[in-house]
Amino acid sequence: MMLTFRRILENGAKNFYRGGAVSFATVLIMTVTLIIIGSLLFLSAILSNTLASIQDKVDVNVYFVTSASENDIMGVKNKLEQLPEVKSVEYTSRDQALAEFRERHSNDQLTLQALDELGTNPLGASLAIKAKNPSQYEGIVQFLSDEPALSVGGSSIIDRINYYQNKTVIDRLTNALRTTEQAGLVIVLLFAIASIVIVLASMRLAIYTARDEIGVMRLMGASNMYIRGPFIVAAMISGLLAAIITLVLFYPVAWYVGSSFSGWLGGFNLFDYYISHFPLVFLIIVGSGILLGAVASFVAVRRYLKI
Amino acid sequence: MIYFDKVTKEYRDGTPALEDVTLSISPKEFVSIVGHSGAGKTTLLKMLLAEEKPTDGSVFFESVDIHTLPKSALHHYRRKIGTVFQDFRLIPNKTAYENIAFAMEAAGRPDDEIESDVPYILELVNLGDKAHHFPSQLSGGEQQRVAIGRAIINQPDVIVADEPTGNLDPVNTYEIIEIMKKINELGTTVILTTHNKGVVDAMGKRVITMDKGRVIRDDQNGHYIL
Repeated sequence: MMLTFRRILENGAKNFYRGGAVSFATVLIMTVTLIIIGSLLFLSAILSNTLASIQDKVDVNVYFVTSASENDIMGVKNKLEQLPEVKSVEYTSRDQALAEFRERHSNDQLTLQALDELGTNPLGASLAIKAKNPSQYEGIVQFLSDEPALSVGGSSIIDRINYYQNKTVIDRLTNALRTTEQAGLVIVLLFAIASIVIVLASMRLAIYTARDEIGVMRLMGASNMYIRGPFIVAAMISGLLAAIITLVLFYPVAWYVGSSFSGWLGGFNLFDYYISHFPLVFLIIVGSGILLGAVASFVAVRRYLKI
Repeated sequence: MIYFDKVTKEYRDGTPALEDVTLSISPKEFVSIVGHSGAGKTTLLKMLLAEEKPTDGSVFFESVDIHTLPKSALHHYRRKIGTVFQDFRLIPNKTAYENIAFAMEAAGRPDDEIESDVPYILELVNLGDKAHHFPSQLSGGEQQRVAIGRAIINQPDVIVADEPTGNLDPVNTYEIIEIMKKINELGTTVILTTHNKGVVDAMGKRVITMDKGRVIRDDQNGHYIL
């Protein structure tokens, strides 16, 4: 049994090697498919990382009018902190806001000049509220709008609440993630089918080329597995080779994307992701490659190799 | 040992290749099947090799109807039969040694047996010195001897040879027939189809004559009569 298995593996390797250009074409198309599968994997990682980091950054910022007193604001802060859904409330005074603004625009002389000419501090104090769960912001915003203590002398001391702005961004990003994954799946499927068809055609050629040998094997009393096995092994070798090529190609690509676009992607480094998730990526790419070869060749020997 | 029971074979267009053939072959017999081209000799052998199914009737090998064997068991049956063809059917990119070893590998024989048996068989067919020649470097007679070596390497019960001398000159033909006789004397049943009158007459063994898909003569000590 082991002997037969070993000979099937050996003959499979020989079939692959003798296939020459046909084997090369098979490996090439499989590589393309695997690159697409891998790219989708990375894209999905990038998007979900961005989503997570934005979700983490999301808070409700309540900006107060410049005339609001610190006491009133502190009163609001205390009330908010008593709400069960609130995780934290951070106070930024008018002076802090101004300092932060200057810091942010330290390279922008024009803006700073305009600020200096203004004489007074145009920025209001603000409270940054973090909820325990993103879905609870709606309730917190509702609470703020309904609270009567927030108005002094009939006019609200709240200038604006930036919640709705963030909400659209999160919704859009979630949508983008879902759409990308769906579209990616369709593309992967199309390429998987294309590569299966090409593997099928190349296997047909290989079986045709080996028809004399197959005939002799049959007459010598070789078992079906012994005759068919090598073709399946050869296709699986193609898949494995394509997977290795893909993994090697991803190395410089991930490095380039990681070093060049990391800032742009909100600090997400694709290279670090590739290295830290290598076992998972390896498993998916190598698994897909071998599976692709096995499925295509299994269909091919069933259809073209009559026993 | 082999028994054809009222075997009829019609091809799809309705032309009969075999009609109501009944014959039996005993162990260790040497049987020549003769007849014109298209008489049904090759079809008869294909039935025996389970390459084609009869339209009607049965073929028994050691009291098993071989056409009822499942596909998965067929290769076990085929290992009991060694085959030799007019066109040799050697694998061109393998040497004489490898061609014979290949048959043993396909039958699942271990490496040490292959290493000891192949040289022995090559000696038996007088090719000890040409073990590492490719088929293209061998003469027709030598190629056929490799094919015979390959057919007997797995110690089959029966050797089926379909016009093994059809492509050979008289000297090589003589040699091939001598080897066939030797194999038969060592206890293997031999079934041979041929056009060669000289071969059949010199043999003095059983001759089955076929014509238009029927057995028209079956002589124990026969001659080539058509």
